Amino acid sequence: MALLNVKDLRAYYRTEIYGISRTVHAVDGVSFELYPNEIYGVAGESSCGKTTLIKVISGNLKPPLKVQSGSVNYKLGSYDVDMLQISQDEMRNNIRWKEISYVMQGSMSVLNPVRKVIKTFEDIVETHQEIEDRKAFLGRMEAHISRLGLPAEVLNAYPHQLSGGMRQRVAIALATIFHPRLIIADEPTTALDVVVQRGVLQLLKNIQAETKNTVLLVTHDMAVHANVADRVMIMYAGRIMEEAPTETIFRAPSHPYTQHLINSLPMIGVRMNKTSLPGTPPNLANPPSGCRFHPRCPLAIEKCRVEVPELLVVENQHRVACHLVKEGTR
Amino acid sequence: MSADRKLFDLQHAVVVFHIGGMLESTRLIAVNDVSFSLSSEKPEIFTLAGESGSGKTTVSRLLLGDLAPTSGKVYFEGRDLVEMHKPAEFKAFMKKVQPVFQNPFETFSPLRRVESYLFDTALNFGMARNRLEAAEVADSALQMVGLSLAEVSKRYPHELSGGQIQRVSVARALIPQPEVILADEPVSMVDASLRMEIVNLFRKLRDEQKVTVIYITHDLATAYYISDRIAIMLRGFIVESGPVEDVLDRPFHPYTKLLKESVPEPAPKERESWAKHISLGTTEVKEYGRVGCKFAGRCPQVMDICRQVDPPDVQVEQRIVKCYLYTEHAGQASKENKHDSHQISA
Repeated sequence: MALLNVKDLRAYYRTEIYGISRTVHAVDGVSFELYPNEIYGVAGESSCGKTTLIKVISGNLKPPLKVQSGSVNYKLGSYDVDMLQISQDEMRNNIRWKEISYVMQGSMSVLNPVRKVIKTFEDIVETHQEIEDRKAFLGRMEAHISRLGLPAEVLNAYPHQLSGGMRQRVAIALATIFHPRLIIADEPTTALDVVVQRGVLQLLKNIQAETKNTVLLVTHDMAVHANVADRVMIMYAGRIMEEAPTETIFRAPSHPYTQHLINSLPMIGVRMNKTSLPGTPPNLANPPSGCRFHPRCPLAIEKCRVEVPELLVVENQHRVACHLVKEGTR
Repeated sequence: MSADRKLFDLQHAVVVFHIGGMLESTRLIAVNDVSFSLSSEKPEIFTLAGESGSGKTTVSRLLLGDLAPTSGKVYFEGRDLVEMHKPAEFKAFMKKVQPVFQNPFETFSPLRRVESYLFDTALNFGMARNRLEAAEVADSALQMVGLSLAEVSKRYPHELSGGQIQRVSVARALIPQPEVILADEPVSMVDASLRMEIVNLFRKLRDEQKVTVIYITHDLATAYYISDRIAIMLRGFIVESGPVEDVLDRPFHPYTKLLKESVPEPAPKERESWAKHISLGTTEVKEYGRVGCKFAGRCPQVMDICRQVDPPDVQVEQRIVKCYLYTEHAGQASKENKHDSHQISA
């Protein structure tokens, strides 16, 4: 039973300046499902469409971003909510923070720099319920953050007084007040040091294990996915290249792009020569024909230039979009 | 000084910053008694690694002559950087030591064509007398990084990819034919599929152009991949330094151990050890102000003395460790290393 169902989603940025229109195909034909009780990783390089995908899923559509086709359905109780048609009111009253919450990369932008942290907690809670007894509320929030291993003084501090890791943990605390069933984490630890990153990701993982909700973890760092995610989706130039359980992706990557991504990762203890792929990620205003990876793919054949490969199931839960895999030559 | 032919020689360098207003200010020792030297005989890649706020960038400013140490000395080829007053003298130094910065899109103005930076560098350092010669110099520097002038000419920074433009900034640094390239986090803004391209370039420069590279990073995995020697910094101290294989394969200092463990391995089978619960440090300023070892608050093997006096540098095998575990204070803790550890400074 899928919690979130994305079908053939196409979301483009359309701009028109001085009569010259430009369309950036940021998300182009993406389908996947999120299940309850899992950590789903989305990996990809910068400008591959990761953030656009999140914007659409979370109902944050603002021009010039437009959904061209496809559907995003969120299962709320027994009925489906169409995230593309949802009204602002319903989003605010029933979904945001309560059902779906976010942990952003720069937690400074979630927290108001001129107000104490507790005020941000109040703001979020007040959108869903009246706070009658401030003292009891403070006690409840203190209990909430202490479960996450944060000291109570944090609530009485201003955001700039906290370290980066602390702020990111506050952002996770905010995102979990109402025990939402889906937490979307967009590069939650990218700006942090490795030791702090480890602490923050452990926290996120523990919360997930406790509440059995779903975490959509977006990061470019494959090593983080290896350690945290249950399933991983690899995006390239607005399309899904491969999707599989983490174990499979790292043990037997099938798409040439995934293989390169994993093989080029430097590791402590390995000094073997590693190389980069030639070329650069394509400009999505003018994406290449056929498979979008073909200009950089060392194994490309003629068919790759012409025909868009379908995302096919190769084995249980493992989907790959590559002509070579489909034809059984790999 | 010049007898032992050292390129860079830092001797007990200390940098103190004062933070705060006139009435209330805190002293922050950003670089604390840092000593290391680079040989001019054999080019190498020397890595300064550490987390944010460990003082690595302050050390790079010392090396570039951008900042004078509060105490201690910074020598380049036997000459004290602080005493290079004459502009011509300093320019000669700049010619030999060239920087590469973190974000190439910030180092290049978006309104200027990238080749103009290459021409300016060539003209300023007297590598060319006119634009025609400058174009030649720029082209040969670009060839070294796998580009050509034809590819980048008339281009603005946004028209190049992250990997390309970072290679252009390395090419710019190569124009005066420097002896040292100081690269401060050169790959942290570059995408994974292009990262190895830059890192491999540094290797090539060391091997083919005989350039010494000082690589400043928080990324231990790429540090392990390219460097010969590494120094791990924590809150102003160098806590461990030595050949990179020794330090990262078998770390001695408890902080290096924690740091190495925390780097997520790109392999799912390592998940369990990585998920072992850790305690996060207190705020930065608190650790900077700590008396004694800065890691004492988080160290699993902490002893009383660690909280009282700064630990000494101890030579263990081929490396230097700033930790009491490897001195005679440790008693049982350092059984295995006892016979070959001795104090070299206090």
